[in-house]
Amino acid sequence: MVALGQFLEVLLSGLLAGVLYSLVALGFVLIFKASGVFNFAQGAMVLLAGLALVRSLDLMVAKGLPFWAAVIIGLLFAAAIMAAMAFLVERFVLGPLANQDGLTLFMATIGVTFMIEGGAQMLFGSNVYPLRLYPDDAWFMFENIFEGGILLNKLDVWGGVIAGVLVAGLALFFQWTKTGRALRAVADDHTAAQSVGISLNWIWFVVWLVAGLVALVAATVWGTKLGVQFSITFLALKALPVLIIGGFTSVPGAIVGGLIAGAGEKLAEAYLGPIIGGGIEYWFAYVLALIVLLARPQGLFGERIIERI
Amino acid sequence: MRAPSGPEIAAGDVLLAVESVSLSFGGVKAISDVSFDIRKGEIRAIIGPNGAGKTSMLNVINGFYHPQKGRITFKGQTRSKMRPHEAAYGGIARTFQNVALFKGMTALDNIMAGRTLKMKRNMFWQLLRAGPALAEEVEHRHAVEEIIDFLKIQEIRRTPVGRLPYGLQKRVELGRALAMEPELLLLDEPMAGMNLEEKEDMSRFVLDVNDHFGTTIALIEHDMGVVMDLSDRVVVLDHGIKIADGTPDVVKKDQAVIDAYLGVAH
Repeated sequence: MVALGQFLEVLLSGLLAGVLYSLVALGFVLIFKASGVFNFAQGAMVLLAGLALVRSLDLMVAKGLPFWAAVIIGLLFAAAIMAAMAFLVERFVLGPLANQDGLTLFMATIGVTFMIEGGAQMLFGSNVYPLRLYPDDAWFMFENIFEGGILLNKLDVWGGVIAGVLVAGLALFFQWTKTGRALRAVADDHTAAQSVGISLNWIWFVVWLVAGLVALVAATVWGTKLGVQFSITFLALKALPVLIIGGFTSVPGAIVGGLIAGAGEKLAEAYLGPIIGGGIEYWFAYVLALIVLLARPQGLFGERIIERI
Repeated sequence: MRAPSGPEIAAGDVLLAVESVSLSFGGVKAISDVSFDIRKGEIRAIIGPNGAGKTSMLNVINGFYHPQKGRITFKGQTRSKMRPHEAAYGGIARTFQNVALFKGMTALDNIMAGRTLKMKRNMFWQLLRAGPALAEEVEHRHAVEEIIDFLKIQEIRRTPVGRLPYGLQKRVELGRALAMEPELLLLDEPMAGMNLEEKEDMSRFVLDVNDHFGTTIALIEHDMGVVMDLSDRVVVLDHGIKIADGTPDVVKKDQAVIDAYLGVAH
Protein backbone atom coordinates (compact mmCIF):
# COMPACT_ATOMS: atom_id res chain seq x y z
CA MET A 1 0.00 0.00 0.00
CA VAL A 2 2.85 2.36 0.78
CA ALA A 3 4.39 1.67 -2.62
CA LEU A 4 1.09 2.36 -4.37
CA GLY A 5 0.56 5.51 -2.34
CA GLN A 6 4.00 6.74 -3.24
CA PHE A 7 3.48 5.93 -6.90
CA LEU A 8 0.18 7.84 -6.98
CA GLU A 9 1.76 10.77 -5.22
CA VAL A 10 4.56 10.99 -7.76
CA LEU A 11 2.18 10.47 -10.65
CA LEU A 12 -0.32 13.10 -9.51
CA SER A 13 2.29 15.73 -8.75
CA GLY A 14 3.87 14.97 -12.13
CA LEU A 15 0.57 15.34 -13.97
CA LEU A 16 -0.15 18.62 -12.22
CA ALA A 17 3.33 19.95 -12.96
CA GLY A 18 2.72 18.92 -16.56
CA VAL A 19 -0.45 20.99 -16.72
CA LEU A 20 1.64 24.01 -15.82
CA TYR A 21 3.93 23.30 -18.79
CA SER A 22 0.82 22.99 -20.92
CA LEU A 23 -0.22 26.50 -19.94
CA VAL A 24 2.91 27.82 -21.61
CA ALA A 25 2.72 25.42 -24.55
CA LEU A 26 -0.85 26.53 -25.32
CA GLY A 27 0.35 29.99 -26.28
CA PHE A 28 2.75 28.49 -28.82
CA VAL A 29 0.03 26.29 -30.32
CA LEU A 30 -2.42 29.16 -30.77
CA ILE A 31 0.00 31.27 -32.77
CA PHE A 32 1.47 28.35 -34.71
CA LYS A 33 -1.98 27.12 -35.75
CA ALA A 34 -3.24 30.43 -37.02
CA SER A 35 -0.14 31.81 -38.69
CA GLY A 36 2.40 29.01 -39.00
CA VAL A 37 4.82 31.05 -36.92
CA PHE A 38 6.82 29.39 -34.18
CA ASN A 39 6.66 32.17 -31.61
CA PHE A 40 9.92 32.18 -29.74
CA ALA A 41 8.65 35.11 -27.64
CA GLN A 42 6.04 33.15 -25.69
CA GLY A 43 8.32 32.85 -22.63
CA ALA A 44 9.08 36.55 -22.74
CA MET A 45 5.33 37.24 -22.93
CA VAL A 46 4.83 35.32 -19.68
CA LEU A 47 7.48 37.54 -18.08
CA LEU A 48 5.88 40.72 -19.41
CA ALA A 49 2.41 39.70 -18.22
CA GLY A 50 3.74 38.65 -14.81
CA LEU A 51 5.70 41.86 -14.29
CA ALA A 52 2.78 44.07 -15.36
CA LEU A 53 0.51 42.21 -12.93
CA VAL A 54 2.76 42.01 -9.91
CA ARG A 55 4.09 45.57 -10.12
CA SER A 56 0.68 47.21 -10.51
CA LEU A 57 -0.67 44.94 -7.78
CA ASP A 58 2.08 45.91 -5.34
CA LEU A 59 1.63 49.59 -6.14
CA MET A 60 -2.10 49.50 -5.46
CA VAL A 61 -1.75 47.48 -2.27
CA ALA A 62 0.85 49.99 -1.08
CA LYS A 63 -1.66 52.75 -1.79
CA GLY A 64 -4.12 51.02 0.52
CA LEU A 65 -6.52 49.32 -1.90
CA PRO A 66 -8.08 46.08 -0.68
CA PHE A 67 -6.28 43.03 -2.08
CA TRP A 68 -9.18 41.69 -4.17
CA ALA A 69 -9.71 45.06 -5.89
CA ALA A 70 -5.99 45.36 -6.55
CA VAL A 71 -5.98 41.87 -8.12
CA ILE A 72 -8.86 42.71 -10.46
CA ILE A 73 -7.37 46.03 -11.54
CA GLY A 74 -3.92 44.45 -11.85
CA LEU A 75 -5.28 41.69 -14.12
CA LEU A 76 -7.07 44.25 -16.29
CA PHE A 77 -3.94 46.37 -16.49
CA ALA A 78 -1.80 43.38 -17.47
CA ALA A 79 -4.41 42.36 -20.09
CA ALA A 80 -4.26 45.88 -21.53
CA ILE A 81 -0.46 45.64 -21.68
CA MET A 82 -0.75 42.33 -23.57
CA ALA A 83 -3.22 43.93 -26.00
CA ALA A 84 -0.78 46.79 -26.61
CA MET A 85 1.99 44.26 -27.21
CA ALA A 86 -0.18 42.30 -29.67
CA PHE A 87 -1.00 45.50 -31.54
CA LEU A 88 2.63 46.59 -31.78
CA VAL A 89 3.86 43.16 -32.88
CA GLU A 90 1.20 42.93 -35.60
CA ARG A 91 1.69 46.51 -36.75
CA PHE A 92 5.48 46.67 -36.86
CA VAL A 93 6.72 43.10 -37.17
CA LEU A 94 4.25 40.60 -38.62
CA GLY A 95 2.24 42.97 -40.80
CA PRO A 96 5.25 44.19 -42.82
CA LEU A 97 6.61 40.62 -43.00
CA ALA A 98 3.36 39.08 -44.30
CA ASN A 99 3.86 36.23 -46.79
CA GLN A 100 7.51 35.81 -45.84
CA ASP A 101 9.12 32.46 -45.24
CA GLY A 102 8.41 30.69 -41.93
CA LEU A 103 12.08 30.86 -40.95
CA THR A 104 12.13 34.64 -41.48
CA LEU A 105 9.13 35.02 -39.21
CA PHE A 106 10.72 32.75 -36.61
CA MET A 107 13.85 34.93 -36.61
CA ALA A 108 11.62 37.99 -36.26
CA THR A 109 10.03 36.51 -33.12
CA ILE A 110 13.52 36.04 -31.66
CA GLY A 111 13.98 39.77 -32.15
CA VAL A 112 10.59 40.36 -30.55
CA THR A 113 11.73 38.24 -27.59
CA PHE A 114 14.61 40.58 -26.83
CA MET A 115 12.41 43.65 -27.28
CA ILE A 116 9.79 42.30 -24.88
CA GLU A 117 12.36 41.13 -22.30
CA GLY A 118 14.17 44.46 -22.40
CA GLY A 119 11.02 46.55 -22.52
CA ALA A 120 9.34 44.65 -19.70
CA GLN A 121 12.30 45.01 -17.35
CA MET A 122 12.80 48.65 -18.30
CA LEU A 123 9.18 49.48 -17.53
CA PHE A 124 8.60 47.30 -14.49
CA GLY A 125 12.01 46.53 -12.99
CA SER A 126 14.25 43.51 -12.98
CA ASN A 127 14.18 42.09 -9.45
CA VAL A 128 12.40 39.00 -8.18
CA TYR A 129 8.86 39.97 -7.24
CA PRO A 130 6.87 37.52 -5.14
CA LEU A 131 3.26 36.99 -6.15
CA ARG A 132 0.68 35.46 -3.83
CA LEU A 133 -2.47 34.72 -5.77
CA TYR A 134 -3.06 31.10 -4.81
CA PRO A 135 -2.43 29.13 -1.63
CA ASP A 136 0.74 27.10 -1.98
CA ASP A 137 0.77 25.03 1.15
CA ALA A 138 0.82 21.25 1.21
CA TRP A 139 -2.35 19.23 1.10
CA PHE A 140 -2.71 15.64 2.29
CA MET A 141 -5.34 13.54 0.53
CA PHE A 142 -6.71 10.02 1.12
CA GLU A 143 -5.20 9.83 4.56
CA ASN A 144 -7.66 7.08 5.49
CA ILE A 145 -6.58 4.89 2.57
CA PHE A 146 -2.84 5.41 2.44
CA GLU A 147 -0.58 5.72 5.40
CA GLY A 148 0.44 9.35 5.59
CA GLY A 149 -1.87 10.19 2.70
CA ILE A 150 -0.87 11.61 -0.67
CA LEU A 151 0.99 14.89 -0.51
CA LEU A 152 -0.02 17.47 -3.07
CA ASN A 153 0.77 21.13 -3.44
CA LYS A 154 -2.41 23.22 -3.42
CA LEU A 155 -0.91 25.58 -5.97
CA ASP A 156 -0.47 22.74 -8.45
CA VAL A 157 -4.11 21.74 -7.96
CA TRP A 158 -5.16 25.32 -8.58
CA GLY A 159 -3.02 25.33 -11.72
CA GLY A 160 -4.83 22.24 -12.95
CA VAL A 161 -8.26 23.76 -12.32
CA ILE A 162 -7.30 27.01 -14.05
CA ALA A 163 -5.84 25.18 -17.04
CA GLY A 164 -9.07 23.20 -17.34
CA VAL A 165 -11.21 26.35 -17.30
CA LEU A 166 -8.88 28.01 -19.80
CA VAL A 167 -9.01 25.11 -22.24
CA ALA A 168 -12.80 24.90 -21.98
CA GLY A 169 -13.03 28.63 -22.62
CA LEU A 170 -10.73 28.39 -25.63
CA ALA A 171 -12.72 25.46 -27.01
CA LEU A 172 -15.97 27.46 -26.79
CA PHE A 173 -14.25 30.48 -28.32
CA PHE A 174 -12.96 28.46 -31.29
CA GLN A 175 -16.19 26.53 -31.87
CA TRP A 176 -18.91 29.08 -31.26
CA THR A 177 -17.75 32.61 -31.88
CA LYS A 178 -17.43 34.31 -35.22
CA THR A 179 -13.84 35.26 -34.46
CA GLY A 180 -13.03 31.70 -33.41
CA ARG A 181 -14.44 30.37 -36.66
CA ALA A 182 -12.43 32.98 -38.54
CA LEU A 183 -9.29 31.86 -36.69
CA ARG A 184 -9.84 28.26 -37.70
CA ALA A 185 -10.45 29.42 -41.26
CA VAL A 186 -7.19 31.37 -41.35
CA ALA A 187 -5.32 28.39 -39.92
CA ASP A 188 -6.57 26.27 -42.82
CA ASP A 189 -6.18 28.63 -45.77
CA HIS A 190 -5.09 32.28 -45.76
CA THR A 191 -6.28 33.09 -49.27
CA ALA A 192 -9.72 31.58 -48.86
CA ALA A 193 -10.13 33.28 -45.49
CA GLN A 194 -9.43 36.67 -47.03
CA SER A 195 -11.91 35.99 -49.82
CA VAL A 196 -14.78 35.57 -47.35
CA GLY A 197 -13.95 38.88 -45.73
CA ILE A 198 -11.59 37.95 -42.92
CA SER A 199 -8.84 40.51 -42.37
CA LEU A 200 -5.51 38.81 -41.75
CA ASN A 201 -4.16 41.78 -39.81
CA TRP A 202 -7.12 41.63 -37.44
CA ILE A 203 -6.78 37.88 -36.98
CA TRP A 204 -3.08 38.14 -36.21
CA PHE A 205 -3.80 40.79 -33.63
CA VAL A 206 -6.46 38.56 -32.05
CA VAL A 207 -4.17 35.53 -32.05
CA TRP A 208 -1.34 37.40 -30.35
CA LEU A 209 -3.79 38.90 -27.90
CA VAL A 210 -5.20 35.47 -27.00
CA ALA A 211 -1.67 34.06 -26.70
CA GLY A 212 -0.85 37.07 -24.50
CA LEU A 213 -3.84 36.39 -22.24
CA VAL A 214 -2.84 32.73 -22.00
CA ALA A 215 0.63 33.98 -21.02
CA LEU A 216 -1.02 36.12 -18.33
CA VAL A 217 -2.84 33.09 -16.91
CA ALA A 218 0.42 31.12 -16.97
CA ALA A 219 2.15 34.04 -15.24
CA THR A 220 -0.32 34.04 -12.33
CA VAL A 221 0.45 30.38 -11.62
CA TRP A 222 4.18 30.37 -12.36
CA GLY A 223 4.65 33.74 -10.68
CA THR A 224 3.13 32.33 -7.49
CA LYS A 225 5.34 29.26 -7.78
CA LEU A 226 8.69 30.87 -8.57
CA GLY A 227 8.18 34.58 -8.03
CA VAL A 228 8.04 36.85 -11.07
CA GLN A 229 11.60 37.03 -12.34
CA PHE A 230 13.63 36.88 -15.51
CA SER A 231 14.19 33.12 -15.37
CA ILE A 232 10.46 32.66 -16.06
CA THR A 233 11.31 33.21 -19.74
CA PHE A 234 13.08 29.83 -19.76
CA LEU A 235 9.65 28.24 -19.44
CA ALA A 236 9.65 28.41 -23.21
CA LEU A 237 12.33 25.71 -23.17
CA LYS A 238 10.18 23.53 -20.91
CA ALA A 239 7.27 23.94 -23.31
CA LEU A 240 9.31 22.72 -26.27
CA PRO A 241 9.23 18.96 -25.48
CA VAL A 242 5.54 19.34 -24.62
CA LEU A 243 4.91 20.73 -28.10
CA ILE A 244 6.93 18.01 -29.79
CA ILE A 245 5.08 15.29 -27.90
CA GLY A 246 1.61 16.75 -28.40
CA GLY A 247 2.03 18.25 -31.83
CA PHE A 248 2.42 21.92 -32.72
CA THR A 249 -1.09 22.35 -34.09
CA SER A 250 -3.29 20.81 -31.44
CA VAL A 251 -4.77 22.40 -28.31
CA PRO A 252 -5.64 19.00 -26.77
CA GLY A 253 -2.14 17.93 -27.81
CA ALA A 254 -0.60 20.68 -25.68
CA ILE A 255 -2.51 19.41 -22.66
CA VAL A 256 -1.80 15.72 -23.20
CA GLY A 257 1.82 16.50 -24.10
CA GLY A 258 2.18 18.43 -20.85
CA LEU A 259 0.68 15.57 -18.84
CA ILE A 260 3.03 13.05 -20.43
CA ALA A 261 6.10 15.24 -20.02
CA GLY A 262 5.25 16.13 -16.41
CA ALA A 263 4.35 12.60 -15.29
CA GLY A 264 7.28 11.14 -17.23
CA GLU A 265 9.91 13.32 -15.65
CA LYS A 266 8.63 12.92 -12.08
CA LEU A 267 8.27 9.14 -12.39
CA ALA A 268 11.73 8.90 -13.95
CA GLU A 269 13.19 10.96 -11.14
CA ALA A 270 11.54 8.81 -8.48
CA TYR A 271 12.16 5.38 -9.96
CA LEU A 272 15.13 5.72 -12.31
CA GLY A 273 16.90 8.36 -10.26
CA PRO A 274 18.21 6.00 -7.57
CA ILE A 275 19.64 3.73 -10.28
CA ILE A 276 21.27 6.12 -12.75
CA GLY A 277 21.64 9.20 -10.62
CA GLY A 278 19.47 12.17 -9.72
CA GLY A 279 18.47 15.24 -11.70
CA ILE A 280 16.77 13.19 -14.41
CA GLU A 281 13.67 15.37 -14.31
CA TYR A 282 15.57 18.22 -15.92
CA TRP A 283 16.17 16.37 -19.15
CA PHE A 284 13.80 13.40 -19.23
CA ALA A 285 11.06 15.31 -21.10
CA TYR A 286 13.50 15.94 -23.94
CA VAL A 287 14.23 12.22 -24.18
CA LEU A 288 10.49 11.56 -24.43
CA ALA A 289 10.27 14.23 -27.12
CA LEU A 290 13.09 12.58 -29.03
CA ILE A 291 11.34 9.22 -28.93
CA VAL A 292 8.13 10.81 -30.23
CA LEU A 293 10.10 12.57 -32.96
CA LEU A 294 11.51 9.26 -34.14
CA ALA A 295 8.18 7.44 -34.07
CA ARG A 296 5.72 10.14 -35.00
CA PRO A 297 7.36 13.37 -36.19
CA GLN A 298 4.12 15.36 -36.27
CA GLY A 299 3.46 14.66 -32.57
CA LEU A 300 0.68 12.58 -31.07
CA PHE A 301 -2.09 14.98 -32.12
CA GLY A 302 -0.46 16.90 -34.93
CA GLU A 303 -1.64 16.94 -38.50
CA ARG A 304 -0.06 14.28 -40.65
CA ILE A 305 2.16 15.87 -43.23
CA ILE A 306 1.85 14.16 -46.57
CA GLU A 307 4.21 15.38 -49.26
CA ARG A 308 3.02 15.02 -52.80
CA ILE A 309 5.68 14.38 -55.35
CA MET B 1 -25.45 31.60 -76.88
CA ARG B 2 -27.95 31.49 -74.09
CA ALA B 3 -31.34 33.01 -74.71
CA PRO B 4 -31.58 36.19 -72.66
CA SER B 5 -33.99 35.64 -69.79
CA GLY B 6 -36.27 38.51 -68.94
CA PRO B 7 -35.63 42.00 -70.22
CA GLU B 8 -32.45 42.70 -72.18
CA ILE B 9 -29.71 44.02 -69.91
CA ALA B 10 -29.41 47.74 -70.25
CA ALA B 11 -26.00 48.80 -71.46
CA GLY B 12 -25.85 51.59 -68.90
CA ASP B 13 -26.01 49.37 -65.82
CA VAL B 14 -22.31 48.80 -65.28
CA LEU B 15 -21.51 47.02 -62.01
CA LEU B 16 -17.76 46.89 -62.43
CA ALA B 17 -15.51 48.76 -64.83
CA VAL B 18 -11.86 47.96 -65.39
CA GLU B 19 -10.01 50.82 -67.08
CA SER B 20 -6.53 50.55 -68.61
CA VAL B 21 -5.28 48.21 -65.92
CA SER B 22 -1.63 47.15 -66.09
CA LEU B 23 -0.02 44.69 -63.72
CA SER B 24 3.52 43.39 -63.67
CA PHE B 25 5.61 41.24 -61.38
CA GLY B 26 9.13 42.58 -61.45
CA GLY B 27 9.85 42.75 -65.17
CA VAL B 28 7.13 40.33 -66.23
CA LYS B 29 3.99 41.94 -67.57
CA ALA B 30 0.92 39.96 -66.55
CA ILE B 31 -1.71 42.44 -67.77
CA SER B 32 -1.15 45.38 -70.12
CA ASP B 33 -3.65 48.17 -70.50
CA VAL B 34 -6.83 46.08 -70.30
CA SER B 35 -10.27 47.69 -70.11
CA PHE B 36 -13.67 46.03 -69.96
CA ASP B 37 -16.84 46.21 -67.94
CA ILE B 38 -19.26 43.86 -66.27
CA ARG B 39 -22.93 44.75 -66.39
CA LYS B 40 -25.40 44.15 -63.64
CA GLY B 41 -27.04 40.72 -63.90
CA GLU B 42 -24.95 39.29 -66.72
CA ILE B 43 -22.68 36.28 -66.95
CA ARG B 44 -19.38 37.52 -68.23
CA ALA B 45 -16.74 35.04 -69.34
CA ILE B 46 -13.01 35.76 -69.36
CA ILE B 47 -11.19 33.38 -71.67
CA GLY B 48 -7.78 33.02 -73.23
CA PRO B 49 -4.91 30.55 -73.59
CA ASN B 50 -2.79 29.54 -70.57
CA GLY B 51 -0.82 32.45 -69.16
CA ALA B 52 -3.12 35.03 -70.70
CA GLY B 53 -3.58 36.84 -67.39
CA LYS B 54 -7.11 35.66 -66.58
CA THR B 55 -6.54 34.67 -62.97
CA SER B 56 -4.39 37.76 -62.44
CA MET B 57 -7.38 39.78 -63.61
CA LEU B 58 -9.65 38.17 -61.01
CA ASN B 59 -6.99 38.75 -58.36
CA VAL B 60 -6.91 42.42 -59.32
CA ILE B 61 -10.70 42.67 -59.12
CA ASN B 62 -10.93 41.25 -55.61
CA GLY B 63 -7.86 42.95 -54.26
CA PHE B 64 -5.26 40.17 -54.02
CA TYR B 65 -3.09 42.06 -56.52
CA HIS B 66 -2.74 45.81 -56.84
CA PRO B 67 -2.26 46.99 -60.41
CA GLN B 68 0.50 49.53 -61.09
CA LYS B 69 -1.71 51.46 -63.48
CA GLY B 70 -5.39 51.85 -64.21
CA ARG B 71 -8.64 52.23 -62.32
CA ILE B 72 -11.33 49.90 -61.09
CA THR B 73 -14.83 51.18 -60.46
CA PHE B 74 -17.20 48.96 -58.52
CA LYS B 75 -20.79 50.06 -57.85
CA GLY B 76 -19.89 53.57 -59.00
CA GLN B 77 -16.97 53.88 -56.60
CA THR B 78 -13.46 54.14 -57.96
CA ARG B 79 -10.91 52.63 -55.69
CA SER B 80 -7.16 52.74 -55.58
CA LYS B 81 -5.95 50.01 -53.28
CA MET B 82 -8.44 47.57 -51.86
CA ARG B 83 -7.57 44.57 -49.76
CA PRO B 84 -9.35 41.24 -50.25
CA HIS B 85 -11.44 41.42 -47.10
CA GLU B 86 -12.60 44.88 -48.09
CA ALA B 87 -13.65 43.58 -51.49
CA ALA B 88 -15.61 40.87 -49.68
CA TYR B 89 -17.22 43.55 -47.56
CA GLY B 90 -18.21 45.43 -50.71
CA GLY B 91 -20.00 42.36 -52.10
CA ILE B 92 -17.42 40.49 -54.19
CA ALA B 93 -17.15 36.73 -53.59
CA ARG B 94 -15.00 34.25 -55.42
CA THR B 95 -13.88 30.68 -55.91
CA PHE B 96 -10.37 29.56 -56.78
CA GLN B 97 -8.73 27.62 -59.57
CA ASN B 98 -7.20 25.15 -57.11
CA VAL B 99 -10.01 24.75 -54.61
CA ALA B 100 -9.28 26.88 -51.54
CA LEU B 101 -11.40 25.43 -48.76
CA PHE B 102 -10.90 25.17 -45.01
CA LYS B 103 -9.91 21.52 -45.25
CA GLY B 104 -10.17 20.64 -41.58
CA MET B 105 -13.67 22.06 -41.22
CA THR B 106 -16.94 20.41 -42.22
CA ALA B 107 -18.83 21.42 -45.35
CA LEU B 108 -21.36 23.14 -43.10
CA ASP B 109 -18.68 25.13 -41.23
CA ASN B 110 -17.05 26.10 -44.52
CA ILE B 111 -20.29 27.55 -45.81
CA MET B 112 -21.00 29.17 -42.43
CA ALA B 113 -17.60 30.86 -42.72
CA GLY B 114 -19.06 32.66 -45.73
CA ARG B 115 -21.49 34.35 -43.31
CA THR B 116 -18.66 35.79 -41.19
CA LEU B 117 -19.28 39.35 -42.29
CA LYS B 118 -22.98 39.09 -41.58
CA MET B 119 -22.59 38.12 -37.94
CA LYS B 120 -22.87 41.11 -35.68
CA ARG B 121 -23.58 39.88 -32.15
CA ASN B 122 -20.96 40.37 -29.51
CA MET B 123 -18.55 37.69 -28.48
CA PHE B 124 -19.90 37.29 -24.96
CA TRP B 125 -23.28 36.03 -26.19
CA GLN B 126 -21.59 33.93 -28.87
CA LEU B 127 -19.44 32.25 -26.22
CA LEU B 128 -22.54 31.26 -24.27
CA ARG B 129 -24.46 30.60 -27.47
CA ALA B 130 -27.43 32.28 -25.85
CA GLY B 131 -29.66 35.33 -26.17
CA PRO B 132 -29.35 37.36 -29.36
CA ALA B 133 -26.35 35.37 -30.59
CA LEU B 134 -28.37 32.14 -30.55
CA ALA B 135 -31.13 33.73 -32.63
CA GLU B 136 -28.52 35.06 -35.04
CA GLU B 137 -26.78 31.69 -35.35
CA VAL B 138 -30.12 30.00 -36.10
CA GLU B 139 -31.00 32.60 -38.70
CA HIS B 140 -27.70 32.09 -40.49
CA ARG B 141 -28.05 28.33 -40.24
CA HIS B 142 -31.35 28.66 -42.12
CA ALA B 143 -29.73 30.64 -44.90
CA VAL B 144 -26.90 28.11 -45.11
CA GLU B 145 -29.27 25.14 -45.15
CA GLU B 146 -31.07 26.71 -48.11
CA ILE B 147 -27.77 26.91 -49.97
CA ILE B 148 -27.00 23.30 -49.04
CA ASP B 149 -30.40 22.23 -50.44
CA PHE B 150 -29.86 24.30 -53.55
CA LEU B 151 -26.49 22.67 -54.25
CA LYS B 152 -27.80 19.20 -53.29
CA ILE B 153 -25.05 18.48 -50.79
CA GLN B 154 -27.25 17.55 -47.81
CA GLU B 155 -25.55 14.19 -47.18
CA ILE B 156 -22.06 15.63 -46.83
CA ARG B 157 -22.72 18.57 -44.57
CA ARG B 158 -20.94 16.97 -41.58
CA THR B 159 -17.98 15.65 -43.59
CA PRO B 160 -14.62 17.43 -43.30
CA VAL B 161 -14.14 18.80 -46.81
CA GLY B 162 -10.61 17.46 -47.12
CA ARG B 163 -12.15 14.01 -47.51
CA LEU B 164 -14.61 14.92 -50.27
CA PRO B 165 -14.02 14.19 -53.93
CA TYR B 166 -12.91 17.10 -56.06
CA GLY B 167 -16.26 17.78 -57.74
CA LEU B 168 -18.02 18.08 -54.39
CA GLN B 169 -15.27 20.31 -53.01
CA LYS B 170 -15.87 22.68 -55.89
CA ARG B 171 -19.56 22.67 -55.01
CA VAL B 172 -18.88 23.45 -51.34
CA GLU B 173 -16.61 26.27 -52.43
CA LEU B 174 -19.41 27.69 -54.57
CA GLY B 175 -21.71 27.34 -51.55
CA ARG B 176 -19.34 29.33 -49.39
CA ALA B 177 -19.21 32.11 -51.97
CA LEU B 178 -23.02 32.11 -52.24
CA ALA B 179 -23.36 32.34 -48.46
CA MET B 180 -21.84 35.80 -48.72
CA GLU B 181 -24.86 36.85 -50.85
CA PRO B 182 -22.48 38.64 -53.19
CA GLU B 183 -23.37 41.16 -55.85
CA LEU B 184 -20.49 40.01 -57.99
CA LEU B 185 -19.39 36.40 -58.03
CA LEU B 186 -15.99 35.54 -59.50
CA LEU B 187 -15.56 31.91 -60.56
CA ASP B 188 -12.07 30.76 -61.51
CA GLU B 189 -12.44 27.65 -63.69
CA PRO B 190 -15.45 26.24 -61.81
CA MET B 191 -15.51 23.15 -64.06
CA ALA B 192 -11.82 22.36 -64.30
CA GLY B 193 -11.07 18.68 -63.80
CA MET B 194 -14.73 17.64 -63.85
CA ASN B 195 -16.36 14.92 -65.89
CA LEU B 196 -19.21 15.67 -68.29
CA GLU B 197 -21.97 15.00 -65.78
CA GLU B 198 -20.36 17.16 -63.09
CA LYS B 199 -19.85 19.92 -65.64
CA GLU B 200 -23.52 19.85 -66.54
CA ASP B 201 -24.49 20.02 -62.85
CA MET B 202 -22.17 22.94 -62.25
CA SER B 203 -23.41 24.76 -65.36
CA ARG B 204 -26.94 24.42 -64.09
CA PHE B 205 -25.95 25.81 -60.68
CA VAL B 206 -24.25 28.79 -62.30
CA LEU B 207 -27.30 29.56 -64.44
CA ASP B 208 -29.66 29.10 -61.48
CA VAL B 209 -27.61 31.43 -59.28
CA ASN B 210 -27.74 34.02 -62.03
CA ASP B 211 -31.48 33.57 -62.65
CA HIS B 212 -32.83 33.14 -59.13
CA PHE B 213 -30.61 35.48 -57.12
CA GLY B 214 -29.80 37.88 -59.96
CA THR B 215 -26.13 37.57 -59.06
CA THR B 216 -23.71 39.03 -61.57
CA ILE B 217 -21.08 36.44 -62.47
CA ALA B 218 -17.63 36.68 -64.01
CA LEU B 219 -16.13 33.33 -64.84
CA ILE B 220 -12.94 31.95 -66.29
CA GLU B 221 -13.39 28.71 -68.19
CA HIS B 222 -11.45 26.66 -70.69
CA ASP B 223 -14.29 24.53 -72.01
CA MET B 224 -15.52 26.57 -75.00
CA GLY B 225 -18.81 24.71 -75.15
CA VAL B 226 -19.58 25.74 -71.58
CA VAL B 227 -18.48 29.33 -72.20
CA MET B 228 -20.63 29.70 -75.29
CA ASP B 229 -23.65 28.17 -73.55
CA LEU B 230 -23.46 30.13 -70.32
CA SER B 231 -22.19 33.58 -71.00
CA ASP B 232 -23.84 36.75 -72.18
CA ARG B 233 -20.58 38.40 -73.17
CA VAL B 234 -17.00 37.24 -73.47
CA VAL B 235 -13.70 39.07 -73.09
CA VAL B 236 -10.64 37.39 -74.57
CA LEU B 237 -7.12 37.92 -73.20
CA ASP B 238 -3.86 36.76 -74.73
CA HIS B 239 -0.44 37.46 -73.20
CA GLY B 240 -2.02 40.05 -70.93
CA ILE B 241 -3.61 42.00 -73.76
CA LYS B 242 -7.32 42.18 -74.58
CA ILE B 243 -7.82 40.86 -78.11
CA ALA B 244 -11.60 40.63 -78.33
CA ASP B 245 -14.76 41.56 -76.44
CA GLY B 246 -18.39 40.84 -77.32
CA THR B 247 -21.15 38.25 -77.48
CA PRO B 248 -20.08 34.61 -77.82
CA ASP B 249 -21.11 34.55 -81.49
CA VAL B 250 -19.00 37.55 -82.37
CA VAL B 251 -15.98 36.38 -80.38
CA LYS B 252 -16.13 32.89 -81.87
CA LYS B 253 -15.65 34.25 -85.37
CA ASP B 254 -12.99 36.81 -84.47
CA GLN B 255 -9.76 36.15 -86.39
CA ALA B 256 -7.46 37.32 -83.55
CA VAL B 257 -9.17 34.87 -81.19
CA ILE B 258 -8.84 31.97 -83.61
CA ASP B 259 -5.16 32.82 -84.12
CA ALA B 260 -4.53 33.02 -80.38
CA TYR B 261 -6.02 29.61 -79.76
CA LEU B 262 -4.75 27.75 -82.79
CA GLY B 263 -1.48 29.57 -83.25
CA VAL B 264 -0.64 31.48 -86.40
CA ALA B 265 2.07 30.95 -89.00
CA HIS B 266 4.68 33.71 -88.83
